[in-house]
Amino acid sequence: MKHMTEEELITYREGVAAQRAVIAQHLAACQECRAELERIEAVLAALDTLPVPNPGDDYGRHVWQQIAPRLPERPARWWQAWLEPRRLAAFGTVAALVVGAFLIGRHTGRPGAPDLTASKEQIRERVLVVAVGDHLGRSEMMLVELSNAEPTDPAQKQVNISSEQRRAEDLLDENRLYRQTALQQGDAALASVLDELERVLLDVAHTPDEVTPAQLEKIRQKIEAQGILFKVRVVGRELQERQKAASPAPAQNGSTDSERNKT
Amino acid sequence: MIRMQPSVENAQTIADSDAVAVERTLAGDRDAFRVLVERHSHNVFRLAYRMTGNRPDAEEVVQEAFLRAYQKLGQFAARANFGTWVYRIAANYAIDRMRQRKKEEARKAVPAVHEEGTESDPVTLVQDAAPTPERLVHNIELRKHMEIALAALSHSERTAFVMRHWEGCAIEEIAEVLKSSSGAAKNTVFRAVQKLRLALQPFVGRGTQVRAMGTES
Repeated sequence: MKHMTEEELITYREGVAAQRAVIAQHLAACQECRAELERIEAVLAALDTLPVPNPGDDYGRHVWQQIAPRLPERPARWWQAWLEPRRLAAFGTVAALVVGAFLIGRHTGRPGAPDLTASKEQIRERVLVVAVGDHLGRSEMMLVELSNAEPTDPAQKQVNISSEQRRAEDLLDENRLYRQTALQQGDAALASVLDELERVLLDVAHTPDEVTPAQLEKIRQKIEAQGILFKVRVVGRELQERQKAASPAPAQNGSTDSERNKT
Repeated sequence: MIRMQPSVENAQTIADSDAVAVERTLAGDRDAFRVLVERHSHNVFRLAYRMTGNRPDAEEVVQEAFLRAYQKLGQFAARANFGTWVYRIAANYAIDRMRQRKKEEARKAVPAVHEEGTESDPVTLVQDAAPTPERLVHNIELRKHMEIALAALSHSERTAFVMRHWEGCAIEEIAEVLKSSSGAAKNTVFRAVQKLRLALQPFVGRGTQVRAMGTES
């Protein structure tokens, strides 16, 4: 009788043999192969006695505590990231601005309509006022939250600012567009504030996800030193006033004497 | 000592609950991931410990596996089993960790770091030399030989053996981790057991000899 090979017996024992039924049939009839299988099993049984330490009942909680501060805010499927409500809103605003500017631009080149120019500029400005007002409001909120950021657990030595960092990245793209539009419209004062805001947003976007309290304090000091929060609030309020003034009567154009231009 | 297999119904409930947690995490609820971490940490730790052979490395593997799982969650197929998926990530990282550890040890040219309390510790080696009952000495010796035999396996062999023999993983899962075919994975399991047998047979059931296999009688 031809006996089973070691490979056949080991793969049989480990449940990965190709001809399982044939081996089983042979084992039933062959005492020598059964004895050989028992010797293999004895080695494996000895290996089974090697202990694995118990990491403890609360090990899962311990692992979570270790990794939670290192997790980014959102792993997100790439397409889900683009469908986030905040991002959609931002893109909607930017798209509205672009479409608005495009429609106005189409009319500007036409001959024989000089009386339309004033209202086109007003419409263009109104679009900018609404979009930039919203942008500044969100920027202010992000900067305030960043200034008030603290470790979630007092025992932690690092502060996770990944949420603010991502928002700064989103705001940065919009900010560039608004600054360029303001410059094209000759609104130098608004462009200047947006330029300052852009530098702060850039700093925040390039900061690591986690910072030490000392690093966070530096960021706070930088924000305070530039007075960016104050400027953003002032411009935001002014834009709101311009929006209110422009709503009932679009022909009104009193923004040149604004609070911002006085300072 | 095969991976604890929950009942079919229980396994389905866990898988469903995992799927919900994955979706919530992907929707931005970071705390939903906590459920997955707390549920699967023990299993991943056991695999990692058996693969690396020491606790600090095993704990590092567990943390890194969950971090990678979180980062790659967007690529996780909803129909797949999260437990199996994170297991695979852990096995892959454990292989990397073992390779890294080997390089570090070769560079330092000092004996491998052994976990406190194992028989390779100086403390336990002293115990070894002390007069103890024969059986206890034999067990301690055997354990030492088993650890050495496992450490002598290649990374692929150890991974294949741990995943198949102790964790009850399917050959396809092992093949995926080893980045090989199913046939090659099967062969790796065989080679691992063959090497372990060769190293340990003299210490298990002393006096028995390995037969010249495949012969006729």
